[in-house]
Amino acid sequence: MSAVITASGLSKHYKSSLALDDVSFQIEPGRIVGLIGPNGAGKTTALKAILGLTDFTGELNVLGFDPRKQRDKLMGEVCFIADVAVLPRWIRVSEVVDFVAHVHPRFDRAKCEAFLARTKLQAGQRVRQMSKGMIVQLHLALVMAIDAKLLILDEPTLGLDILYRKQFYQNLLEDYFDENKTIIVTTHQVEEVEHILTDLMFIRDGKIVLDADMDAVGERFIEVMVNADKADAARGLKPLDERQVFGKSIFLFDGVGRDVLEPLGEIRRPSISDLFVATMKGTYA
Amino acid sequence: MKTFYWLVKREFWEHRGGFFWAPIVTGGIFLLLNIMGIITAEVLGASHGISIGASGGLKQVITQMDAGDMSKVGLALDVAMYSAMGLLIVVLGFVVFFYCLGALYDDRRDRSILFWKSLPISDASTVLSKVVSATVLAPVIAIVVGIVVGMLQLLIVAITLSFHGVNVWQLLVLAHPFKVMFNLIGYTPLYVLWALPAVGWLLLCSAWARNKPFLWAVALPVATGLLISWFGIMGLFNLPTTWFWRNVVQRSLFSVFPGTGSLFGGMPHNVSNIDGLSVLDLSTTYQLLGSPDLWIGVAAGAALLAGAIWFRRWRDDS
Repeated sequence: MSAVITASGLSKHYKSSLALDDVSFQIEPGRIVGLIGPNGAGKTTALKAILGLTDFTGELNVLGFDPRKQRDKLMGEVCFIADVAVLPRWIRVSEVVDFVAHVHPRFDRAKCEAFLARTKLQAGQRVRQMSKGMIVQLHLALVMAIDAKLLILDEPTLGLDILYRKQFYQNLLEDYFDENKTIIVTTHQVEEVEHILTDLMFIRDGKIVLDADMDAVGERFIEVMVNADKADAARGLKPLDERQVFGKSIFLFDGVGRDVLEPLGEIRRPSISDLFVATMKGTYA
Repeated sequence: MKTFYWLVKREFWEHRGGFFWAPIVTGGIFLLLNIMGIITAEVLGASHGISIGASGGLKQVITQMDAGDMSKVGLALDVAMYSAMGLLIVVLGFVVFFYCLGALYDDRRDRSILFWKSLPISDASTVLSKVVSATVLAPVIAIVVGIVVGMLQLLIVAITLSFHGVNVWQLLVLAHPFKVMFNLIGYTPLYVLWALPAVGWLLLCSAWARNKPFLWAVALPVATGLLISWFGIMGLFNLPTTWFWRNVVQRSLFSVFPGTGSLFGGMPHNVSNIDGLSVLDLSTTYQLLGSPDLWIGVAAGAALLAGAIWFRRWRDDS
């Protein structure tokens, strides 16, 4: 199968800054890719370029389309949820379902109504009367009823309580995702998507600093809890990061063999948030 | 085509207040004012002992009318019908003006553009659906409401007079409600063409402005006009001041008001020869089609709309 997205030499200048700096990557079908980076790193710009919402230089192919020239055709195959507040506030549930049903060729109305039946949303309810959590339920019901090849989520759970957040990803995994679909998600709540991602991309200052699948990440990055007496030895192996917990030092290593690290202390898999913090050290400095 | 229908329907959903309720409320107020006026006249008339009809005066007048007088009665009734439309047209002008200013701006401001752009709809269809909503949907609704209000107006007059023993139902035959309807509905295509430069300009500002589209839309042409006038006063350059105000400022802002085409545009010069309401007949109004003003405006409008579509496509501030 060919790649869903192929980008090479992607750059985007804003007036004062470089949002994307000669970025190249490829995303294969059937993956769930986490695009993670600090604020202003270029995540949203990358997504906007993929969606044809912004101009850029370089080559970008999304499902065989050039997003700059064929945005409307591309949108037949791609779904998109930006953070929760983008449904028009005046629209009613019944109106938005009607509208999407008639303009989107891949929309399955029965499926959408089945999802809506599981929520408290009423047909006559307007978006402005809904809580953030209900808006995202409505948007998700619309999106899950569209048989799209690529789903792009930009901070989809921003500002939601934990019940809605858990339910959001659960629905996505149980009722939507399969091997023909691809999901790209950006979020700051890394720990929530950690267990569903198949691939991880870190972006910093417009550059991709890490692009690997989760298995590779698990092999490459190792965290070791070291007693004080072996700390110097550990430091000698050039750890990415060091922090102190209960009088022990926790070191994060990149690409140092398991056999080398095991004698130093207790080995474990680093969480993505620890990895993120270590990788992005000094971003705001 | 199906998509386009739903896009226009979407505009109606969003702007039900301006497109649908505004004319209905205006028409209602118009009728209410008329009824109040009639009641006032009745009360004042009764207290001063003046009574039309009862003495048989009016009745006699009617029976003694000749054909020429009869046609004047018909004319008066037609005026009554058009007058309801007059108020609606002013309201319609404002509705269309502000609708166009907000059409490509409001969804950028509240970021719902990200939702609309996530659907497989081209930016050209989106912009054109707004043009059609402004120049066809809104006027047609206003005209239909205007016709209903006009009919009710005739009915109220007839009922009032019949309380005075005057059988006016025969007079109603003298009115030309169908001709009035025909003239009003038939005017819509002309309105589309005439309003195009203003709709184009307002939509362009709406798609382009990062904030305050109203200020830009009004300030740019007016400031340019003032500059030109200023230079004109100083006699520095021989700039066509009047021409600019008349053909650029006015067309870019006020063409959304129906009827301005006939007022300012290429009206035939022999207006004085046309008697009464035939000014509003399609055979007269459509003489505007022969005026280059109209067609230059259409071309300018099309160019402005192309600009609006371009900005809709590439404006990136959400």
